[in-house]
Amino acid sequence: MVPENLRYTKEHEWLLVEGDTGTVGITDHAQEELGDIVYVDLPRVGTALAQASPLGSVESVKAVSEIFSPASGEVTEANAALADAPEKLNEDPYGAGWLVKMKLSDPAQAGSLMTAAEYQAYVGAEK
Amino acid sequence: MIEKVRHHLSQNEPLLFERSSPGKRAYQLPELDVPAVDPAEALGAENVRAEIAGFPEVSEVEAIRHFTRLSTWNYAIDHGMYPLGSCTMKYNPRINELVARTEALAWAHPYQPEALAQGSMEVMARLEAALAEITGMDAVTLQPAAGAHGELTGILLIRALLQKRGNPRRKILIPDSAHGTNPATAAIAGYAVENIKSSESGVLDVAALEQLVTDDVAALMVTNPNTLGVFEENIIHAAEILHAKGAMLYMDGANMNALVGIARPGDFGVDVMHLNLHKTFSTPHGGGGPGAGPVAVKAPFEPFLPAPRLKRSGKRWTYDYKRKHSIGRVKAFYGNFGVLVRALAYILAHGGAGLRNATVDAVLNAVYIRKKLEPYYDLPYPSPNMHEVVFSDERQARHGVRTGDLAKRLIDYGFHPYTVSFPLIVHGALMIEPTETEGKMEIDQFVDAMISIAREAEADPQLVKSAPHGTRTSRVDEVAAARKPVLRWKPA
Repeated sequence: MVPENLRYTKEHEWLLVEGDTGTVGITDHAQEELGDIVYVDLPRVGTALAQASPLGSVESVKAVSEIFSPASGEVTEANAALADAPEKLNEDPYGAGWLVKMKLSDPAQAGSLMTAAEYQAYVGAEK
Repeated sequence: MIEKVRHHLSQNEPLLFERSSPGKRAYQLPELDVPAVDPAEALGAENVRAEIAGFPEVSEVEAIRHFTRLSTWNYAIDHGMYPLGSCTMKYNPRINELVARTEALAWAHPYQPEALAQGSMEVMARLEAALAEITGMDAVTLQPAAGAHGELTGILLIRALLQKRGNPRRKILIPDSAHGTNPATAAIAGYAVENIKSSESGVLDVAALEQLVTDDVAALMVTNPNTLGVFEENIIHAAEILHAKGAMLYMDGANMNALVGIARPGDFGVDVMHLNLHKTFSTPHGGGGPGAGPVAVKAPFEPFLPAPRLKRSGKRWTYDYKRKHSIGRVKAFYGNFGVLVRALAYILAHGGAGLRNATVDAVLNAVYIRKKLEPYYDLPYPSPNMHEVVFSDERQARHGVRTGDLAKRLIDYGFHPYTVSFPLIVHGALMIEPTETEGKMEIDQFVDAMISIAREAEADPQLVKSAPHGTRTSRVDEVAAARKPVLRWKPA
């Protein structure tokens, strides 16, 4: 199931907006496609990101994939737990497998992203 | 416990460290015939140690047996078919080795004066000329040491030419079916990468290309035939679109073995391309190198080629270092010379007609496999394929069996696996490339194995999912190996 309270990109990232704080992760569909994730490369705190610019990368047994920032802002926290336990991304992509938190420069950017229903339809069409 | 109850070929082999006994030696040195020097005095006591802790100590025959036994575990093209798609694992004819071992070539030294290296220089000049003729290009550099190195050299050449014309531009376009090295090359050369989605038939979408080519685009990097094994039939049109905007067409020559003797990239609009001698021209892939990735260019790029350039001066070959527009050296000396000798041997042994035959046979073999396996495996892009064929695991995945499982099971049938999960635009790809090396008998055995595995995937999926069963080591835990790698041996 795709959580209703998140917004989604075509590159399969999700964004949770709480005030001007955004939390970013990858979707369940993305982790399923990537397969077992073995390494996650995240930006440092303080990194300024533009919407759709590369945020980091995830490496699975199959391939390395870039992650793109769903919104513009500054990184305030990176999920340090993923360094030792990248499997959290596979096990709980919408929870413990979050990637970064950021201070959003324009929370309204979330409006340009897909809703849960739209994302569900998009993933269905992609298959 | 009795350890030796099986033929050695099926026994496991301990590490050399585990075979070690203190004091054993595999060498004997002659008596010292010069005055002895105390290393501590000569080098300083802090730089000298009495022993290397944990270094294995074995006798000569133990060392020989250890490595010989391990060598019998290898799978090689000399054992059987090696259908690893995209890698072009063709047989390396022994004549290549004979020629490369010719004393005057094998012992040539890069610091030899030009007057004493005329033969080696002639070899390189002839190879450059042969590759230029085969590709329909105007000039060739033999320096790059591998395909990706050739790509980088090629894109730097494009950057240099555009720079000279006033603007290196900002972007490189790359189809989504490309080898991963293409975007990496563009990025290292300082370009932003823009992806082009393939059309439904698995080829370049010319309408999309037309939209994307602007004054900011330096080049399109395209593999032809592409990674699906499909010929880019709109390549001439694509070249026209690019050239109209002052952009270049770069061709990744990874699949040139499907074109040699049939079509020349220089004739269909390519400006710069690389070749993989270890693929198309049968030099060894061994252990990650050495390889060779020569770059072929059209005349406008010639001044920018890496220095030095071979030059004819009267009756002699000489090296021209004074090349003011050159992008500079990309490799020490003159490339991997031994590999270049082998490639020339292959080209000359085959001759034009022979090279063309090799291409035709490689395509015939792949098409034969496609026709035989089409009833059993899903074919996501039905466009006519050339030297390789890409299936997907869609039918088997319904039983929980994925491409990686099918590949592991193929090991039990005595074949090296095909290429798994590439190209990325095919979900669960099985990429099969037989090359011209295989005859009908071997290919039929492979086809029978694949059909049998397709049946097993339906009737007994678990058998396939837990394969291989007939090897010394059963399926290894790739995920744990990547997440928690054990990088060195430690005594128990």
